[in-house]
Amino acid sequence: MINAGDTTWVLISTALVMLMMPGLALFYGGLVRRKNVLSTLMMSFVLLGVIGILWVLYGYSLSFGSDAGGFIGGLNFAGLTNVGQAPSDIYATTVPHLSFMMFQGMFAIITVALWTGGIVERAKFSAFLVLAVLWFTVVYCPVAHWVWGDGGWLAKLGALDFAGGAVVHINAGMSALALAFLLGPRKGFKEGEPMEPHNIPMVVLGAGLLWFGWFGFNAGSALTSGGLASSAFVSTMVSAAAATVTWMTLGWIHRRPSALGVATGAVAGLAAVTPAAGFIEPIMAIPIGIVASIVCYYCILFRTKRRIDESLDVWAVHGVGGVWGMLAVGIFASSAVGGAEGLIGGNGIQFAKQLASVAAVGTYAFVATLILGKVVDLSIGLRVRDHEEVVGLDLSQHGERAYGGTIL
Amino acid sequence: MKKIEAIIRPEKLDPVRKALAELGIMGMTVTEVSGRGRQSGITLQWRAGDYKIEFLPKVKVEVVLLDEDLTRAVDTIILRAQTGEPGDGKIFVYPVEDVIRIRTREEGEGAI
Repeated sequence: MINAGDTTWVLISTALVMLMMPGLALFYGGLVRRKNVLSTLMMSFVLLGVIGILWVLYGYSLSFGSDAGGFIGGLNFAGLTNVGQAPSDIYATTVPHLSFMMFQGMFAIITVALWTGGIVERAKFSAFLVLAVLWFTVVYCPVAHWVWGDGGWLAKLGALDFAGGAVVHINAGMSALALAFLLGPRKGFKEGEPMEPHNIPMVVLGAGLLWFGWFGFNAGSALTSGGLASSAFVSTMVSAAAATVTWMTLGWIHRRPSALGVATGAVAGLAAVTPAAGFIEPIMAIPIGIVASIVCYYCILFRTKRRIDESLDVWAVHGVGGVWGMLAVGIFASSAVGGAEGLIGGNGIQFAKQLASVAAVGTYAFVATLILGKVVDLSIGLRVRDHEEVVGLDLSQHGERAYGGTIL
Repeated sequence: MKKIEAIIRPEKLDPVRKALAELGIMGMTVTEVSGRGRQSGITLQWRAGDYKIEFLPKVKVEVVLLDEDLTRAVDTIILRAQTGEPGDGKIFVYPVEDVIRIRTREEGEGAI
């Protein structure tokens, strides 16, 4: 039976998650050098188009269609067959099936957009598009099915992932790392040339939009508009707040409290609370946010020290934040909130299940992405030519410049 | 006639401009520039840790003046722009062959 309140909330949440795409585009766009800002924005924005179509054509079906061996969904929802105004009998049974389908579609789009942070400033746009389609099909859809699909093997195992700690964040983080290894560092990175963020106000605005959209991401994942959504909403706010303050403090201890730091901290806190939002008492989001910032901060330091050019730290912030969040479910889950108990409630088995999900999704994402990336690299080449990289991808890939209109 | 090209700290532009105006030197061209001297680069905060950029923001002030005003102008700029720390900048002095006011075609010292 359709519930008007639930439907309203899911539709609004869908639009909120959609706003995370321009949010992420600004967040990433500000972090790169000015010659690559449009290319970076494009890699997020264009996915609203590409994945937006593929999702309704076959992506939703592969993710949520009738189960095949726990691994992937069937084609019974392809082209939105059997997806109409009536609710599904399985998923979100109080909202139209179409609303649930579109809400999930936004998750697919943003997950692909997230890993673009690992390949910015050097990936060829055409190759990126091919890779995005392959990755969406071979990595995103199966993983979403494992975790969220009816009959998915991790769902059957009982691993919990409220809004996508594994499906979205670990998935994107490990994939970004694999692609960064495959693509190699940006020219000059190894030599220590500064890769200065060209517009930090843009980064902060992007982080703000991500934070705003994340209420739809997490609280919308309740798929109802009542107490659970409210609990997830508060957990989201609290974790982001704790992580922001923690990151600022870490920067301050090092030298100065930086704007780039608080923006990054907020995102780390949001990523970490994503799988936990609907399973924990909201007050537990404070330790989740604090630990998220500490762990992600040191992962960035580790990554830069090792001179790995996973350029925008998708692995360190989303991947590692997601791992921490998935494990945090196994620690802090309270049956009064989402029906499952964690370590603190005396249910150690849940922690083991979370660990299994982290390992499975992380390994699959990394290996499958390496293979897909290699295939694209060998066939059409993942990377732009040297001189194209030097003049910048805005000009070489898109024939545009971001900041024209000066008198010269 | 001489041209002074002074590379100074951005925050010293205002004091220098005011002090030159007190000498009656009003005309100048100001440009935001980047550069480095013996003290190279600046360390900035990144998401975690630091990064270094090789060029510092500076301001270039160009002034054309009469030969007899040169010493006073140079002294004034030094007085107002000096902190004693590395990064105070430099002053370059060039001879000027001619000055022409575009509005009136007036030439020479009167056109300054």
